[in-house]
Amino acid sequence: MEKTIDLNGKSYAVIPEVETVQQLLEHLELGDRILIVEKNKEILQKEHYDAPIMDRDQIEIIHFVGGG
Amino acid sequence: MIKKYSRQELFSPIGLTGQQRIRDAKVFVLGAGALGSSGAEMLVRAGVGELTIVDRDILEWTNLHRQQLYSEQDVVDQLPKAIAAEKRLRAINSDVKIRGIVADVTPENVLELFEGHQFVLDGTDNIETRLLANDAALQLHIPFFMGACVGSYGLTFPIGVAEGQPCLHCLLEVLPPQSLTCDTVGVISPIVVTTAARQVAELLKHITGAEMQPRLESVDLWSGERAAIDVHSMKKSSCPSCSEKPTYPFLSASEVVRTAVLCGRDTVQLTWPKNRQVELAPFADSIRGTVTNLVHNPYLVSCEYHDHRLVLFRDGRMLVHGTKDVSQARKIVAGLLG
Repeated sequence: MEKTIDLNGKSYAVIPEVETVQQLLEHLELGDRILIVEKNKEILQKEHYDAPIMDRDQIEIIHFVGGG
Repeated sequence: MIKKYSRQELFSPIGLTGQQRIRDAKVFVLGAGALGSSGAEMLVRAGVGELTIVDRDILEWTNLHRQQLYSEQDVVDQLPKAIAAEKRLRAINSDVKIRGIVADVTPENVLELFEGHQFVLDGTDNIETRLLANDAALQLHIPFFMGACVGSYGLTFPIGVAEGQPCLHCLLEVLPPQSLTCDTVGVISPIVVTTAARQVAELLKHITGAEMQPRLESVDLWSGERAAIDVHSMKKSSCPSCSEKPTYPFLSASEVVRTAVLCGRDTVQLTWPKNRQVELAPFADSIRGTVTNLVHNPYLVSCEYHDHRLVLFRDGRMLVHGTKDVSQARKIVAGLLG
């Protein structure tokens, strides 16, 4: 089933291959960054990145960068 | 009487009382690059009492598209950023006592530099110095308004402004050996101004006594994505930087990159702590588009960057050839690693 989530404030269609948060992060090429991930207003610890992505999930991802 | 601040005083959350608090504020701006330029200009126009701005760098042409305090003539004159910033900031508002200091902020001098200030605004270009500033600001009990940006993406987080909030070290339990930098992925000026504006807004709110609800926030001006995360639950009771018995690890040398000038070789060696070693393959991939003459073999990555030969060995050491200046070597490497 096609899933649509709210990702960083925008509607985002999740491709069928992406089933977990970890797969989403890899799909977004954020897998090797230092991240803070929030799913439905709760911070997700790294060991829970295997959590499934459900339709209408609200996900926020902040990655740390060096510049300034 | 000249009413410089009347429009700011008319803004009711500030008012005359808030303006007086702004006037009494002594702010330290860590770095006079893009964020430091933009933030310092806002604070000086707002009429803070004193502003110190510190930077280790000299101006280059590639700075001008986003570092708003500087002119072409400053680049021609090869001015240190801290000096050019001081000159421009004084011209903007003579009410403010402004001091520019040319220095590399290190574990040895950071406390002395911050001392006597009530707030620290982040204008640095790398995460390691941010963690150093985080430790120093926590030890001195002064708030640190973190900000960082690359590309069209920026993030902010005010630290030390509310009870029980996490510090930067709580959020970054694992330090990235490598992060995106303006030298590797570029940057546009609108995100600089946006990020600095958010930092300064939080700082002004805190100065004027507004209730703070610190959140980790990010925005990407190109994609339109934005996020704001309440990171309250990430406070770690065992954090070495902000627990009840802090050790402030980044103020001691064991957690930071060690440097040594190699005698007679015009080369500086940088050594990362064991837990933060830079891996060869990801490093080579990330710099491919930025450097020239890249060589990657099982033993090392070597390349040319800003007229210097850089060699990263598998044991985590990097040699920066063509300089004896440790802070120049750190600057070159920060351009690639963040």
